[in-house]
Amino acid sequence: MSMRTHIGLLLALLATAPAVAAADYVAIPGGVFVSALAVDGAAARIAIEPFAMRVEPVTNAEFLDFVRMHPEWQRGQVSSLFSGPQYLAAWQGPLTLGPDARPEQPVTDVSWFAARAFCASEQARLPSWYEWEYVAAADVTRRDARQDPARNQSILDAIQGSTGARPGAIGWHPADVWGVRDLNRLLWEWTGDYAAMFPNADARVPGAGASLALCGGSALAFADKNQFALMMRVAALTALKPADAAPRVGFRCVRDPPGE
Amino acid sequence: MRQPLLSAIVLALGLVLLGAHAAPAGAASVKDPADLGPPRGAPIEEAMLAPPAVPPPIHRNYPARVIVHLETREVVKEIADGVRYDFWTFNGTVPGPMIRVRQGDTVELHLKNAADSHMAHNIDLHAVMGPGGGAAVSMTPPGHESVFTFKAMRAGLYIYHCATPPVPMHIANGMYGLILVEPPQGLPKADREYYVVQGDFYTTGAYHAPGLQTFDMQKLLLEQPTYVLFNGREGSLTGANALTSKVGDTVRLFVGDGGPNLVSSFHVIGQIFDNVNVEGGTLVNHNVQTTLIPAGGAVTVEMKTLVPGTFLLVDHSITRAFMQGALGQLVVTGPAAPAIYDKVSSGPVASSPAAAPMAHAAAPTAAVNDAMADGKRVFGQICAACHQGNGMGLPGAFPPLAMSDYLNANPKGAIGIVLNGLSGKITVNNTGYESVMPAFGAQLSDDEIAHVLTYVLNNFNNKGGTIAPAEVKAVRAGDKPR
Repeated sequence: MSMRTHIGLLLALLATAPAVAAADYVAIPGGVFVSALAVDGAAARIAIEPFAMRVEPVTNAEFLDFVRMHPEWQRGQVSSLFSGPQYLAAWQGPLTLGPDARPEQPVTDVSWFAARAFCASEQARLPSWYEWEYVAAADVTRRDARQDPARNQSILDAIQGSTGARPGAIGWHPADVWGVRDLNRLLWEWTGDYAAMFPNADARVPGAGASLALCGGSALAFADKNQFALMMRVAALTALKPADAAPRVGFRCVRDPPGE
Repeated sequence: MRQPLLSAIVLALGLVLLGAHAAPAGAASVKDPADLGPPRGAPIEEAMLAPPAVPPPIHRNYPARVIVHLETREVVKEIADGVRYDFWTFNGTVPGPMIRVRQGDTVELHLKNAADSHMAHNIDLHAVMGPGGGAAVSMTPPGHESVFTFKAMRAGLYIYHCATPPVPMHIANGMYGLILVEPPQGLPKADREYYVVQGDFYTTGAYHAPGLQTFDMQKLLLEQPTYVLFNGREGSLTGANALTSKVGDTVRLFVGDGGPNLVSSFHVIGQIFDNVNVEGGTLVNHNVQTTLIPAGGAVTVEMKTLVPGTFLLVDHSITRAFMQGALGQLVVTGPAAPAIYDKVSSGPVASSPAAAPMAHAAAPTAAVNDAMADGKRVFGQICAACHQGNGMGLPGAFPPLAMSDYLNANPKGAIGIVLNGLSGKITVNNTGYESVMPAFGAQLSDDEIAHVLTYVLNNFNNKGGTIAPAEVKAVRAGDKPR
């Protein structure tokens, strides 16, 4: 990648730093970071190419627009290959949000297939796990705040403080240093490659995805064992098959830079 | 302790062997003498009872199929009076319900995860012989159910727990329980059976800091719990919730230690365990005062209750009992047994305050009323553990605060006792006591000490009076009262 592209991305980053409306994307410069997940049993440095990430998770209002435009993803019409009985369960009707799904709340109860289709509809894709983790390592002032126990504790507090409740409104917590909101505290988010995050963790094969479930499995799979919120997220995602939907699992999309 | 690497190797080997035996010839399983053959008769639905209840003894002479329904639920409940915590549970209780089967039974375990859970959950039962103890086949997202079967191959008392990462957090939030596998001949008859599991809890706030508390990761890593509890709540086995028996009864306790970190030195004050199934296995030890329960382990203890009274269940790493909540009660009723235990009245050795006639307390003023509510809270959270909810104390151990000549003769002297503790011989209402009261000066504010003393002075048939926060402050600063 040329120096010019770098500068362009930086300018784009600066331009979008203030609060932005939903469906806006912010440029994320590439870089190298150490994933909390082990690769072949050891911590690994992961290179990330530049990309752009949605500032906020996809909302109910946005997903409603999507299913209006794409009836094949409406509840009742969607193929059972791509969704289960939980699909959009909190919505009052196929095209009605209702009291349990306010327009500004993140959409949940969507399958991996549906999330992927939504992203494609706005010329985007689901992030890879590493892309998601790279951005989520930040806090308000630091690109990698993961070794700060206070930061990790505050994420756990936010997650546990909402027991029994559906994910609340977006934007209560300030945007992180990249300008991205609500990656860690609000909900679990599908990643494009979640089913391949672990050796033998093909979530489409019943039972195999649960290798993570072993006491030993979790110790082997995480290089950084202090990231409890991340462990919860990985456990929550790897327990799901791609057609499953869950009340706390939503998504956001990413885009590759133009011309790549 | 299960070795992670070993588990992985065993799992991998298991998969290879499964593949190798996929041929029509079939996999002939190893013949084990403890295997009593295939299940017979109609399937049996296991009763799912809230602790400390124990499922009834088994009087079967054949192996059956036993169906167990567990549901993982994340619930906010009180961990102590006025303190709430976000528990993760099996069936809404800590511990989850006790499971009771017979050696050779085939257990069909249904694990449901409530739809409103944040987390995926699973179950590892130490009674299972197979990879992960069930964890490998029970990872369950919210709103789903997993079903698997295992044969209970070895008699014993075993812990079950959630094994989803981060495993220590799932256990620290209360996801454990016990499964008893009875030997084929059953257990000897007991008059009473109870179910108790100890656990250590890590809250962001200090012990008894009120309101909703969340899980504290640093305290977990340091293994410095805020609470050490029986059955997941301070007071779950005291007062109206105390375990009971009658003089002459044989009492059997199934006691587990869910951890995640602490080993329990389990003891019942004033009792001796006649029989202890060491570590929940078949080795039986006799006449045991204190038995160790490993984290992730269990023990069956049996004792005969010969003398009436209140007996305290404690972790005899004793700070945990009196400062962190690991305290329960067994209340034994029936005729006194003076030949075994008798109070020989002891007069005062030194001059003691004359017992003044008890007058009814004057009606408290409005200001005193304000202090009362807070005083009652402090009393319930701290004092009642030893002095009891009715202020009567425990004979031979903790002196009464009710109608106490010692207290009423010098109410302000109590300030220093609460601040600094008290040890050595004292005489209260003509009875001698020699025990140790810890200092609460670091834990309680001047206001709280003033309030609780005012509460005690105006209740339990004491003579009334008020202690002001300023008086507590003065004593704390080193001034002698009076």
